[in-house]
Amino acid sequence: MSLRIVVCVKYVPDATGDRHFAEDLTTDRDAVDGLLSELDEYAVEQALQISEASDDAEITVVTVGPEEANKDGLRKALSMGADKGVHVVDDALHGSDVMGTSLVLAKAVEHVGYDLVVCGMASTDGTMGVLPALLAERLGVPQVTLLSEVAVADGQVTGRRDGDTATERLAASLPAVVSVTDQSGEARYPSFKGIMAAKKKPVEELQLSDLGIEADLVGLGGAWTAVDSADARPARTAGTIVKDEGEGGKQLAAFLAERKFI
Amino acid sequence: MAEVLVLVDHVDGAVRKPTLELLTLARRIGDPVAVHLGAGADTAAPVLAEHGAVKVLAADAPEFADYLVVPKVDALKAAYDAVSPAAVLVASSAEGKEIAARLALRIGSGIITDAVDLEAGDNGPVATQSVFAAAFTTKSRVSQGTPVITVKPNSAPVESAPAAGTVEQLTVSFGGTATGTKVVSRTPRESTGRPDLTEAAIVVSGGRGVNGADNFHVIEALADSLGAAVGASRAAVDAGWYPHSNQVGQTGKQVSPQLYIANGISGAIQHRAGMQTSKTIVAVNKDAEAPIFDLVDYGVVGDLFQVVPQLTEEVTARKG
Repeated sequence: MSLRIVVCVKYVPDATGDRHFAEDLTTDRDAVDGLLSELDEYAVEQALQISEASDDAEITVVTVGPEEANKDGLRKALSMGADKGVHVVDDALHGSDVMGTSLVLAKAVEHVGYDLVVCGMASTDGTMGVLPALLAERLGVPQVTLLSEVAVADGQVTGRRDGDTATERLAASLPAVVSVTDQSGEARYPSFKGIMAAKKKPVEELQLSDLGIEADLVGLGGAWTAVDSADARPARTAGTIVKDEGEGGKQLAAFLAERKFI
Repeated sequence: MAEVLVLVDHVDGAVRKPTLELLTLARRIGDPVAVHLGAGADTAAPVLAEHGAVKVLAADAPEFADYLVVPKVDALKAAYDAVSPAAVLVASSAEGKEIAARLALRIGSGIITDAVDLEAGDNGPVATQSVFAAAFTTKSRVSQGTPVITVKPNSAPVESAPAAGTVEQLTVSFGGTATGTKVVSRTPRESTGRPDLTEAAIVVSGGRGVNGADNFHVIEALADSLGAAVGASRAAVDAGWYPHSNQVGQTGKQVSPQLYIANGISGAIQHRAGMQTSKTIVAVNKDAEAPIFDLVDYGVVGDLFQVVPQLTEEVTARKG
């Protein structure tokens, strides 16, 4: 039977751009160009490798996001080699927090049907890193997260998790939710052939009503957290910069002594 | 006074510093009740009491070590049901955030992660976060349910505030999903004898300019003279010069020490996201145009192989 892999990806403002907040204190998506979160490319890559190692697999990429998330987010994953896409797009989603987003993703993943859900380690905008755990909690399946190595065989997913104090080898039965880190292996570049093929791959557009989700459970109004203020960090006062003329190390030591570090 | 749950981060009863910082923050909101899962509660209890825990809820079971995350969620939920706290605080480690998120969902509460400060407020605790690679500072609240908040290391001082710290056994019954993900083996990371990167008061980092694994001893020597942790930029880690566990940046560790010394690091956004909230920043780089110099309190434009050993020698001499 075919292995059904679902990769959850996020369309985010480019982290190298000058990111801001909008007036309602949500992420300003107009100020900076959006793209597929870099950390989700690792998830697509691992899904492709698992698919290539299996006899028969199909990869669906799912995203929840604005209109542009299709062209500038999903298509990248499809051009890397995923088979089809699902895009949940609905005005009511604006301002959703991680609880709302995980609810919609869980319903979308169930809608597609899955044996394995693959996520990146965190988004590059919100950077919480808890969505995969929330998805596992909502779906009631094992959470096998923050993997630097992952493999699927005989209805089991195994992997390596590098924690703060130890490295763990993990194993769980499918269906399961995994997340992979940026140590899991360089993501491939889409080939020209892949980019052309992606244009013809199907992307299903869904609204909240298609997933049976009440609009007041998501969006800014349905969020379980509230941002009261967002202030640009004051620029650091210009420091002292000296050119090393042979005494640079000593000058630096004098500075550290003045600040009582030594 | 309302009680505040604090999940204890420990290794066999040795309490890690971020937990003591959580106790300081918890006391701003209410009476801290520590939740100790796994072995070593008797070792941990006096330390937790010394820093303000009025009570220590303890549970030990093989499940905590043998299965990933979920058994601890079950236990924290049992503690939540027993105490009905005003807030739940957890350290912002990878595991801590996952436990906190699943608990929050189960109790129908919002979650805030990676707070760098926490104050009592009229509508519940107010968390300060540093976002968009530390370009913005936000103040947020949990608006539904009991606030579940994870806090980054070095966000509060460790304070002595003796309290009873009475140990009480916590009864936990594990749900069906607790044993879903088996920890087949666990290999503790080899100790370097240096402070933990996220907890250290001083961090000395090396980047592309270090130019090879064999040269990292120059960075380590400076770190050791200062009693500091060693960090590395993504470029240095990707090149295989230093372990990923030492990576500072968006996809590595986010550090906020009193002093950060960046050597041969240009200061790309990926790196800045991990160190920009450091109190004092110092850099050594041969490129005067490197963006890291926009952040520094003191910078030396020069060859790190000249400057850093001279600095190390000077530090050692001044300390001797």
